[in-house]
Amino acid sequence: MAERAFVRTEILPEESPPISEVGIWGWMRVHLFSGPVNGTLTVVTALALGVGAVFLASWILVPTWQADSLSACREILREIRPGHASGACWGVIRDRGIQLLFGFYPPELYWRPILALGLLALALAPVLFWEYMPSRLLWGSALYPFVMPWLLWGGSTWLPLGALAGFVIGASAYRVVSRASGSLFGLIAGALAALLWWGLLMTPVAAALAGLADIGLEPVRSRNFGGFMLSLTIGVVAIGFSLPVGIVLALGRQSDLILVKSLCIGFIEFIRGVPLITLLFVASTLLNIFMPPGTDFDIILRVMIMATLFASAYMAEVMRGGLAALPRGQYEGAASLGLDYWQAQRLVIMPQALKISIPGIVNRFIALFKDTTLVSIIGLLDPLGLTVSIRANQEWNGIVWELYGFIALLFFTVCFGMSKYSMYLERKLRTDHQ
Amino acid sequence: MSSTPDESDPPFRLSQLLYDTRYRSLTIQAITFGLFVALVVWLVHNTLQNLANAGSEVDFGFLFQTAGYEINQRLIDYTPEDTHFRAALVGLLNTLLVAVLGCVAATIIGTLVGILRLSKNWLIAQLMAAYVEIFRNVPVLLWIVFIMAVLTESLPTPNAFRGDDPAATMLLFDGVAVTNRGTYIPEPLFSNSLGNLHLFGSGSLRMDISLDLLALVAVLALSVFAAGKVALRAVKIQNATGTRPRTWPAMLVILVLPTAALLLLLGFHVDAPELRGFNFRDGIHMRTSLIALAMALGLYTSAFIAEIVRGGILAISHGQTEAAASLGLRPGKIMRLVILPQALRVIIPPLISEYLSLTKNTSLAIAVGYMDITGTLGGITMNQTGRALESILLLMLVYLVISLIISAVMNLFNARMKLVEH
Repeated sequence: MAERAFVRTEILPEESPPISEVGIWGWMRVHLFSGPVNGTLTVVTALALGVGAVFLASWILVPTWQADSLSACREILREIRPGHASGACWGVIRDRGIQLLFGFYPPELYWRPILALGLLALALAPVLFWEYMPSRLLWGSALYPFVMPWLLWGGSTWLPLGALAGFVIGASAYRVVSRASGSLFGLIAGALAALLWWGLLMTPVAAALAGLADIGLEPVRSRNFGGFMLSLTIGVVAIGFSLPVGIVLALGRQSDLILVKSLCIGFIEFIRGVPLITLLFVASTLLNIFMPPGTDFDIILRVMIMATLFASAYMAEVMRGGLAALPRGQYEGAASLGLDYWQAQRLVIMPQALKISIPGIVNRFIALFKDTTLVSIIGLLDPLGLTVSIRANQEWNGIVWELYGFIALLFFTVCFGMSKYSMYLERKLRTDHQ
Repeated sequence: MSSTPDESDPPFRLSQLLYDTRYRSLTIQAITFGLFVALVVWLVHNTLQNLANAGSEVDFGFLFQTAGYEINQRLIDYTPEDTHFRAALVGLLNTLLVAVLGCVAATIIGTLVGILRLSKNWLIAQLMAAYVEIFRNVPVLLWIVFIMAVLTESLPTPNAFRGDDPAATMLLFDGVAVTNRGTYIPEPLFSNSLGNLHLFGSGSLRMDISLDLLALVAVLALSVFAAGKVALRAVKIQNATGTRPRTWPAMLVILVLPTAALLLLLGFHVDAPELRGFNFRDGIHMRTSLIALAMALGLYTSAFIAEIVRGGILAISHGQTEAAASLGLRPGKIMRLVILPQALRVIIPPLISEYLSLTKNTSLAIAVGYMDITGTLGGITMNQTGRALESILLLMLVYLVISLIISAVMNLFNARMKLVEH
C-alpha cells in the first residue's frame, strides 16, 4: 500500500488578512508608501504641510482683534513675539468687516438684507430639495422676486404688489380670452393686458393707494449698497434671470426659423466674444445714451441687466450642449405622442436636457457669481472696491493678507457650496444603472 | 403621383397665417423681424438724439490726435507725441503679451497639477484637489489684485540692493533683480548688429523689426527643417532594414552649429541690469503689474486646465493601455502613440476655450494699472477724449476679432481631429 499523502478533510477557518494589508496600515501602504519614490514624496509633502500648518496657526492665532491700526497690530506682535513680528492683524476685520459685508447700508436696517437672505434660503429650498418638500411651496418661491427688491431698496409696498398684480391680470385675461377664442389669442390678450397695466396704470394706481394708506419701508439709495451684499444681490438676480433667458436663446438657436436662429446666434456669439468688463463699461457710460433722452436709471439695475445678458449667452451655450446630447428619438417620440412644440419641450425635452446640463449650469452660476467682483472696476463698492479705500486709509495702509483672505473666504464658501450641490444633484439625477 | 384635378385649392384665409403650419413660421419670422428692426431703430434714434443734445456726433477722428500720455510697459516704441491709435496698438500688443505669458504658465502648471491629481499617492492627489478648488472658487480679479498687493508689499525695493551688506541680492549670477517695482532680466544684445527693418513708414503703424532676430529665426527654421529630413531618412532606413541608424550626432550638429555660429558672428552678449541712481538700468524691465497679471491669470486658469487634463486622461479607457501593451509597446510608446493622441482629442477643444477666456480676462489688467488695450483705448483715451461710444465699440470689436480668430483655430482643429466614421 502506497503511503498516502496527507489530505485535509475539513475546511480551515478563515484567517484574518495580515495586518499590513487591511485597516489603516494597509490603506497607508497602498496609498502613501507604495514604493520608495512615493514614500519619499509622502514624507516630504507631509513635512512641508506640517511646517506650513504650524506657521499658519502661529500667524492666525494672535491677539490682534482689538487693534485699531496696522502699527498697533505690529506693536502687539512685537510684544508677544520679540524678534520676528509676523502675524495676522485681525483688527481690520473688526473695524471694517461689517462694511465688507454690507457696504454703506444704514446699520439700523441691516435686518432687511439679512431677512432677504433668509427668505432666499426659504424660497430656494423647495427648488433645490424638491424631493423632500411639497411642490405647493413653489408658489411661495414665486413671490420672492417681488419681496427681495422691496426689502433691499425699500419704498412703498404698493409697487411690488402692483408688479405682482400685473401677472395676476395677465393670467386672468389669458384664462378668459382663451376659453372664448383659443389659446393663441388668449396668450396675446394676456400679454397685452399685463403690459398695459405695467406701462400705464400701475404707477398712478400705486400712487393713489399710497395716498390712501402709505405703508412701506424706509427707502435705501443704490449708492449705499455695497460689500458682499451687493455681490450677492447682483449674482442672485443675474443667475435667476439668465437661466430662462438662456433657455429661450438656446431654443432659438435650435429653431428652424432662419431669422430667429440667426438673431440668436449673433447675440450669443457677440456676447461671448467680448469680455464682461466692456459690457460693464457699456452699463456705466453708454446705456443711458441708448435710452430716450432724460432717462437715468439706477447703476445697479444697469449692471444687473448687462450681467444677465452676459450670463444668458453662456447659459444658452450650456443648454445647447444639453439639447444636442438628447437623441433624436426623444423629439420624434414626443411628436408621435401628439405633443405640440411647447408641450414636447416642457414634458419631454427640457427635463432631460436640463438634467444633462446641470454641471454646466452650476459652473456658469459659479462663474457669474465670481464675475460680480468686476463691478468694482466701474466704481461700485463691492468687497474688492472697498479694499481700495481701506488700503488707502492711513490706519490700514499696507494690509494685504487678512483683507483679501476674508473676501476670498466669503466667495469660496458660496462657490464651493454651489459646486458641492451640483455634484449631489448629479448623483441624485443619475437614472442609468448605478 | 396622382393629382387631384377636381379639388381646387380653397381660397386663402387670413387665419391660415396663424393656424396653418405652412404659413405660421413666416408669420412668426415677420413679427420677429419687425420687432428687431423696431428695437434697432429705437436704439439708434435715441443714440443720435442724445449725441445731438450733447453736441457731438460719431467720429473716429480722435484716433489720430496726439495721445499725450505715457505708457510705461510696451513692446514697440511709443512716445506721448504719438497718436491714440498708436497707443491702442501698444495696448493691443500688451494684451497679447500677457495673454501668451498667462497661457504658457497656465498650461504648464495645469498639466502638472492635472496629472498629479491622478497620482496613486493619496496625499499628493488631495493636495492637488485642494489647489484646484482654492483657485477656481475665488474670483480671478481677487487673485489679480491680491498677487499685485503681495508683490508690491513683500518684494524688496531697488534701494534694498544698495550698499556693502544689502538686504536683497540679485539672482542668477547677478542677472535678475526682483524688486517691487518689477523684475529686471538681462537683455540680449548684438555688438555687430544688422540693424532694424523699418516697416510701414513712420506713421502710427510703424514697426521696427530687428534683422538679427529675423536672421536667427531663419537659420533656426532651416536647421529644424534639415533635422526633420534626417529623421525622415532614418525612418525610411528603419522601415527598409529594421535597424534605425544613429541620428543624434548629426542632429546635434545640424541644430546647434549654425545658430551658434550666427550668434558668434553677430557678437551676441547679454546686458545684465545694474543698479544706478534710484533704480535699475539696462536689461529688460517687466513691471510688477505685468508679472502679477500673468501670474494670477496663469494660476487661476491652471486650475481649470488641470481639470480638463484629468478628464481627458480619465476619458481614455484602460483597455487602450492594455491593448497597446499586448501589442508589445513599451510604456513610453504606449503614452506617446496610443494614450496621448486620444486624450489630446478630448483635451484640446476645452483647452482652447480656456485660452480664449484667459485672453478675455486680460481686460482686468485695468485693475492693476497694466496698460493693455482696455487700459489705453478703453481707459485713458476714452476719458481724455470723451469718446465713450466710439472707444467702447472699437474695444469690443478688437476683442471680438481676437475671439473669432481663436474660435476659428479651434474649429479647424476639431475638423481635422474628428473621428472618421463610416
